[in-house]
Amino acid sequence: MKTLGPRISFYAGFVVGTFTLYVFLRQLWFEKTLPMHQVTTLARIQDYQQQLEEEKKMWKKEGSALFNLEHPHHIGEDSRMADELYKKVRILCWVMTGPKNLETKTRHAKYTWSRHCNIVVFMSSVDDPDFPTVGLGTKEGRDQLYWKTIRAYHYAYEHYADEADWFLKADDDTYVIVDNLRWILANHTPEEPIYFGRRFKPYTKQGYMSGGAGYVLSKEALRRFVEGFKSKQCTHTTSVEDLAMGQCMEKVGVLAGDSRDSFHRETFHPFVLEQHLTAKFPKSFWYWSYCYYPISEGPNCCSDMSISFHYVDAVGMYLMEYYTYHLRAFGYRYRYQPPTPPAHLPSSENCSTDSKGTHLFSTPTDQQGCDQCPLQKKNIAFSKAQ
Amino acid sequence: MLSDGCSFMKGMLLGGVFCLVLSFLGSFNFSSESSTEDHHHHHIYAPSKDELKRLSDSRVEELKNQVRVYCIIMVQPKILVYWATVLDTWSKHCDNAVFYTSEGSKALEAVDLNEKDDWARLRKALIHAYENAGDLRWFFVAQPTTFAIIENLKYLILAKDPNEPFYLGNAVKSGELEYVEYSSGIVLSYEALKRLMTMFKDEGQCPERTHALWKMGEDKQLALCLKYAGVFAENGEDRHGKGLFNKQNVVNMIKQSMQDNPTDVVEGCCPDMAVTYGGMSPNQMHVMMFGVYRLRPYGHDFHDWLTFYPPKDSDND
Repeated sequence: MKTLGPRISFYAGFVVGTFTLYVFLRQLWFEKTLPMHQVTTLARIQDYQQQLEEEKKMWKKEGSALFNLEHPHHIGEDSRMADELYKKVRILCWVMTGPKNLETKTRHAKYTWSRHCNIVVFMSSVDDPDFPTVGLGTKEGRDQLYWKTIRAYHYAYEHYADEADWFLKADDDTYVIVDNLRWILANHTPEEPIYFGRRFKPYTKQGYMSGGAGYVLSKEALRRFVEGFKSKQCTHTTSVEDLAMGQCMEKVGVLAGDSRDSFHRETFHPFVLEQHLTAKFPKSFWYWSYCYYPISEGPNCCSDMSISFHYVDAVGMYLMEYYTYHLRAFGYRYRYQPPTPPAHLPSSENCSTDSKGTHLFSTPTDQQGCDQCPLQKKNIAFSKAQ
Repeated sequence: MLSDGCSFMKGMLLGGVFCLVLSFLGSFNFSSESSTEDHHHHHIYAPSKDELKRLSDSRVEELKNQVRVYCIIMVQPKILVYWATVLDTWSKHCDNAVFYTSEGSKALEAVDLNEKDDWARLRKALIHAYENAGDLRWFFVAQPTTFAIIENLKYLILAKDPNEPFYLGNAVKSGELEYVEYSSGIVLSYEALKRLMTMFKDEGQCPERTHALWKMGEDKQLALCLKYAGVFAENGEDRHGKGLFNKQNVVNMIKQSMQDNPTDVVEGCCPDMAVTYGGMSPNQMHVMMFGVYRLRPYGHDFHDWLTFYPPKDSDND
C-alpha cells in the first residue's frame, strides 16, 4: 500500500486537476456565450439607456413638444446657409399618428426627419408622456382625420404660435426634407395668408393640398384657420381631411401656393420616390386627373430640392435620410443650382439694417460666420459657394 | 502520508496545466480556420482634406486626369433589364464604359466575347480592356447588379500611382487566399493589369480553363493569378473603418443596422462616400441615382477640393 500510494496519488491528482480546470474553463466559456435571450435582454436594456441619453442631447421636452437642441450637422460641411434659414424660417412640424403606430412607424420619423424641424409635436388620440404624444381627445380611424387636424392645429396655435413661423402637417409615413421646405418658404413671409403642398385640383376652385404628402400653413393662414372655426366660417365639412382643409382655406382667403421649383418640378410627393421615378401609372389612375399641374414621369417627376414623400415605411425613412443627408458623390457639381432666396426676411432685433431698412445676410467670408449680424449685401456669393 | 499528499498536489497541478495547454491549442486551431478580415490585409483610404489642400491647383488637375476610369461591365442577354439599367445610370459617369457579354444581344451593344465559361470570359474582357485602354490608367470591373459611384472611386484612388500594382475593393479571405469580392466591384491599376497580362501567358500557374471538378469562383481565380504576379488584394475603407465596397444592397444593410444599432441606424450603417453596393435591383439603382446625383438638403455644402462635372446627354443626374 505504501509504495503504490504516491504514484496513485499522483495519477489521482492529475485526473482531479484536469477535471477541475476543465469545469472551470467550461464555466468561463459558457458565460461568454450566454443563451441568446439573456444577451438580447441585456442589449435591449443598454440600448434603451443609450437611447434616453441620446434623446436628452437632441431635444428639450417642453410639455408634449420636442424643441430641437441640436440641428444635425455633418463633419466637414459648410452649413451656414442652412443654419441661417433654420433661424429665420422656424417650422413647427406636427405628425398625425396613433398609439398603435408609435413603435412601428412614428419612432422612425422621430429619429430621422423630425430632428430637422425647429419644434416637433406628435399628435395622437391618446396622451403619451414618454414618446411624447399629445392626446387630442378623438378616436382612431380614417373618419377622425379631420377632427384630429382641426384640434392639432388649434393646439399648435394655442401653445406655440410665437415660437414658429410656419406650421407643417405630416403623416407618420411621410418623409420630409425640412431644409428644402425652408428654401421654398424663404421666398415668402409668415404674414402672407398662404399654404403649400402637393396641389390637387378637383372639388375646389383654387385646389387643395394632398394630406399624405404633407402641407404647411403660414402663421397668418393658421390664424385665419382658427378664426374661421370661431366664427363658424369653417366647420367639420367632411372627414376627407385634405379636402376639408382646402375648403376652409378657400373660405378664409388663404392662397393655395405653387410649391414647384424654378424648373416647374414638384417638391411635395404623394408616393414614394421609387414610384415617382420608375412606375408607369395607368392613365385611368386617379392621380392623373387630380394633379393641378402637369405630371412628369421619370427623372423630371421630382425636384432636386424635393420636400416630401408619402407611404414611406420604416426602412424607407432611414434610406431617405441616408440619401438626403449622408450619401453623396465627391466633388460633384449638381446640374440644378437652386436660386438663392431673397434677403428680405424678418430677423432678430440685434441686427442692423441698411438704409432701405432691409435685413441682410452675412457673407461666407466672415471670420466667425456671424449668423445674426449682416455686413455686406453679397447674396451672389452664396450661389457661387455652391 | 505526506509524500502521498505531495504527489497528489503535483498531479493536480500537472493535470491543470495539461488541460490549459489542450484548450489553448484547441482554440488556436479553431480561430485560424474561421479568420475573416484580420490584421494581415491592407487598407486603402482616400486622401484627407489636409493632404489635398497641400497640392497645387495644377497638380490637382493632373491627378484628376490620371484618375480616369475604364469600366468593364460583365453582362449577359438573359439579364437584359439590369444591363439596360446600368447603361442608363451610373456607367455614364465612367470615362469609358464598355459592356462585355457572353453572347450577342440584338437589343444592346456590347463586346461579344462569345464565351460561356465565367473565368475565361473575365480573362478575355480584361485582355480587351488592356489593349483598348487608350490613355486610361484605372480599371473597374462590375457586374450588372452592382451600383458604383465613380466619383467616390476616383476620390479613393486620387493620390495613388497607377504605375504601382493596385488591386482593391471589398477584400475577403478564403483560407490562405485574400481576394477582392466580385459583386462589390474590382479595381485594378494599369500596372496590376499589365502584370496580369504576363501571368495569363503562364498556363501552369494561371490556366485559362481548369478542368477541376470543383471550380473556384472567377474572383478567386483572379486573386490567385495576381498573387503569383506579386499583386495583393487591399480593402477600400473610410477613416471610420467602414468598407466602401459593399456586397449587400443598401436596403439590406439598413435593415441589418436597424437590428444592430436601433438608436443610430444610418450612422452605424453605411459610409457617406460609399463606392459600391452589390445586389441592387434596377429600381433600386434608379432611386440611388437620384439620391446620389440629385437629391440633397438646401444649404448644406461641401467645398471639395476637386470638381467633377455631370456627363453630357444625361437627364437623370
